[in-house]
Amino acid sequence: MNATPTKPARPAKAPIEAVKDRSMLKQKAMIAGHYDRLTSAHEQGRKVVSTFVPGNLNELIMCFDLINNTPETNAIQSGMRKQSGGFITEAEKHGHSEDVCTYVKSDLGMMLKGNIAPNGKPYPNPDLLLLSYTGCFTFMKWFELLREQYKCETAMLHIPYQGDGKVTQNMRDYVVKQLKEQIIPTMERVSGVKFDIDRLREHLRNSAKAENDLVWVLQSAKNRPSPIDAYFGGIYYIGPIFTAFRGTSDAIEYYDLLRGEIAERVAAGKGPVTPEGDMGEEKYRLVVEGPPNYTHFRDFWKMFYDEGAVVVASTYTKVGGTYDFGFRHDADHPLETLADYCMGCYTNRNLPQRVEMIENYMSEYQADGLLINSIKSCNSFSAGQLLMLREVERRTGKPGAFIETDLVDPRYFSPANVKNRLESYFQMIDQKRKGAKTEAAA
Amino acid sequence: MKCFIGIDLGSTTSKAVVMDENQDVLGRGITNSRSNYETATRVAKQEAVIDARFTLFRRMLKGNVEEFLVELERAFRLEQFVEQLAHLERTCMGNATGDRFQDIQAEVREALDVVFVRLREEAEVLFAPGAKRKSDFFRDLAGSRYISIAEDVAKQVGIGYDLLVNLYDRSIIEVENRPPDENLKEKFTRALERLIQQGGAGNMDPAEVEKPVREALEVELEETYVVGTGYGRVTLPFSKEHIRSEILCHGLGAHMMYPDTRTVLDIGGQDTKAIQVDPKGIVENFQMNDRCAAGCGRYLGYIADEMNVGLHELGPMAIKSDRPARINSTCTVFAGAELRDRLSLGEKREDILAGLHRAIMLRAMSIIARSGGITDQFTFTGGVAKNEAAVRELHKLVKENYGEVTININPDSIYTGALGAAEFARRAVVEGDAGVELEGAA
Repeated sequence: MNATPTKPARPAKAPIEAVKDRSMLKQKAMIAGHYDRLTSAHEQGRKVVSTFVPGNLNELIMCFDLINNTPETNAIQSGMRKQSGGFITEAEKHGHSEDVCTYVKSDLGMMLKGNIAPNGKPYPNPDLLLLSYTGCFTFMKWFELLREQYKCETAMLHIPYQGDGKVTQNMRDYVVKQLKEQIIPTMERVSGVKFDIDRLREHLRNSAKAENDLVWVLQSAKNRPSPIDAYFGGIYYIGPIFTAFRGTSDAIEYYDLLRGEIAERVAAGKGPVTPEGDMGEEKYRLVVEGPPNYTHFRDFWKMFYDEGAVVVASTYTKVGGTYDFGFRHDADHPLETLADYCMGCYTNRNLPQRVEMIENYMSEYQADGLLINSIKSCNSFSAGQLLMLREVERRTGKPGAFIETDLVDPRYFSPANVKNRLESYFQMIDQKRKGAKTEAAA
Repeated sequence: MKCFIGIDLGSTTSKAVVMDENQDVLGRGITNSRSNYETATRVAKQEAVIDARFTLFRRMLKGNVEEFLVELERAFRLEQFVEQLAHLERTCMGNATGDRFQDIQAEVREALDVVFVRLREEAEVLFAPGAKRKSDFFRDLAGSRYISIAEDVAKQVGIGYDLLVNLYDRSIIEVENRPPDENLKEKFTRALERLIQQGGAGNMDPAEVEKPVREALEVELEETYVVGTGYGRVTLPFSKEHIRSEILCHGLGAHMMYPDTRTVLDIGGQDTKAIQVDPKGIVENFQMNDRCAAGCGRYLGYIADEMNVGLHELGPMAIKSDRPARINSTCTVFAGAELRDRLSLGEKREDILAGLHRAIMLRAMSIIARSGGITDQFTFTGGVAKNEAAVRELHKLVKENYGEVTININPDSIYTGALGAAEFARRAVVEGDAGVELEGAA
């Protein structure tokens, strides 16, 4: 009996060295190459298009030799690099409210501070702002602010919201019509390149290949133990396909490498890779709804893997495209498939669809519960989340929990509170398991 | 005998509960959390053990023994006080060195000698039968008298008064943060002998009860298992299986006090927790205040400071109001501003205070709603449960929103978390239910 509790001796704190797989190195090189291409675009005579991750038309963008720049990815980079706090303060100094989306403020603050990319060179001004509106109202306002700043051409693709939970032919036709009559002509004019539909088909074929491998990787979490963390690790896995690489051979190569590595982990019965190496024993399997916090990404992740919690499915990894229910980019219907892709993005789905998706994940991935990370400054994600939580609890009988952080504003991440709630949640799952076991034994 | 100890380290106070194998609470102890949780743990635990000793006396002694036990406790506290005075004296003497004291060391020591002789002389008066003490914490009791005596003595000896006060300030922190002396039995024995010498204690002759008291002192209180909870739990020198989340502890504690409890509200210093428990006290759901501690116990502390009244005076003042003001802000700082503003406009202090209490409860109601609402029975715990005005508002709001519900408030509700922790400790040993469940996850 251990009457007097003593803390186990801890080894001296060693610096945490991230363990890199080949796919990680490949991705790192891809991203570095992208930032170099982007920051030297104008010197190289290339044009730049700013667009957003959800509903991004990368295959189409590449048809015009445009270089894709996604401001929210830049905000994420700033968050991970601990710069977003300063940028946000700068934006607030210039009159932006404390409650506005912190991606927006990080981006605007970065602009005010010289607009420097991670490679130390300034971002080029965009030649085109291409907004495909997929459910986030703030994106529209953001681009208005950018248009005011850059005075460049703006194209808006209006994506109908799946209010009734389905995509109709009428909706599809509406998007295709806009692509034909407005988006493509604008892109031709800005780039000076004529649209070639065969080129688009080629990119779409590439997309589908990478998408197959991505889905395989995400679904590998159905294994026990899960070889991946589908939220924290998932953020890295979606990186290439959600940004400037969908439709490229680089993406095909990356996802092929990744799939190979994950297949090895499955064969070896290994859990996910964490920043501190292989995760220990898998104790809790969670589904997570909502974006992560980026300013304390590693600390946040550590609160999970230290407790043996692995995320087996997440909705956030579907914001830039939902592939796990069968959708693939289809080269035979090039414009229609772009429409379907945009309409299927997670934020464009209605609440019942989101609930169904989560319910499906809970059972398919044998999860112990649903955790919602509610983002203070993201109303388009957060509205309705508590109702979703209740509904999923009701349907699955599994316990849910709710934590609150922010995307890239470090002021809204309170480590002690988050840790407290997570630990309580894990212990609650334990208690429920014991209760169920006792009842089963009775 | 086997003892199971629960310790709840709150942001303001630390509490401990000692329980026996039959789930009977033997003793409760409380102390200020200081800045040193380790010492707070030991002090709270020791206080609970002292209280447990009195339970044993009660069990061993027959008849109406309460008056005698009051006297015995008084004598014991005097012993404790004198012991702590000796610590303080040694520490003050030790600190009266260095450059500052070079030329006046003899005078300072002489002054300290005089101060402590007088403090010891006064001690008996302070703990005389019927004497009222403003606080039970050593720092408050010793501090107020030291400062008053030092003023006289400084003049007599011809040294600076500030110098003596500084010495005290520095030394009391050291004394408070030192672990308490463990010689409880010796102190109890001295206290008993003091009463015997006096020849009377309450309605009894101490000599008559000497034997059973001494026998009760011989009973070993074995520290069989300790479980810690509360905000400070991560700083405890405990291994993982000895730590439980306060959500679970509060849920279980409330269940033990009122087995029909289904919803628990706990308002502590910096947390508001709404917890749903099942018929066995297992947590089904919980919600806590997010990112901000407005509307928690500290809010009232701040308001009391703003109004220059004691924390415990707020409730009685607010309860006099029959027209609570509508307070708009839940922000603690803004509420302070609103308070001053309204006072200057001539609004009644009682009405403003009642409005502030209502604001706290409205916030709590919102957190309760998020956790799933109130199901009969409803148990309210934490420091704020002692505030009658807060309780009145709670009753009103519960009735408005949920109809007739049984609302339980236990006079010992501040110990709810520690009680739950003690029960977890008992289960760990008696039911072999130690720590985190691993099997079900495989």
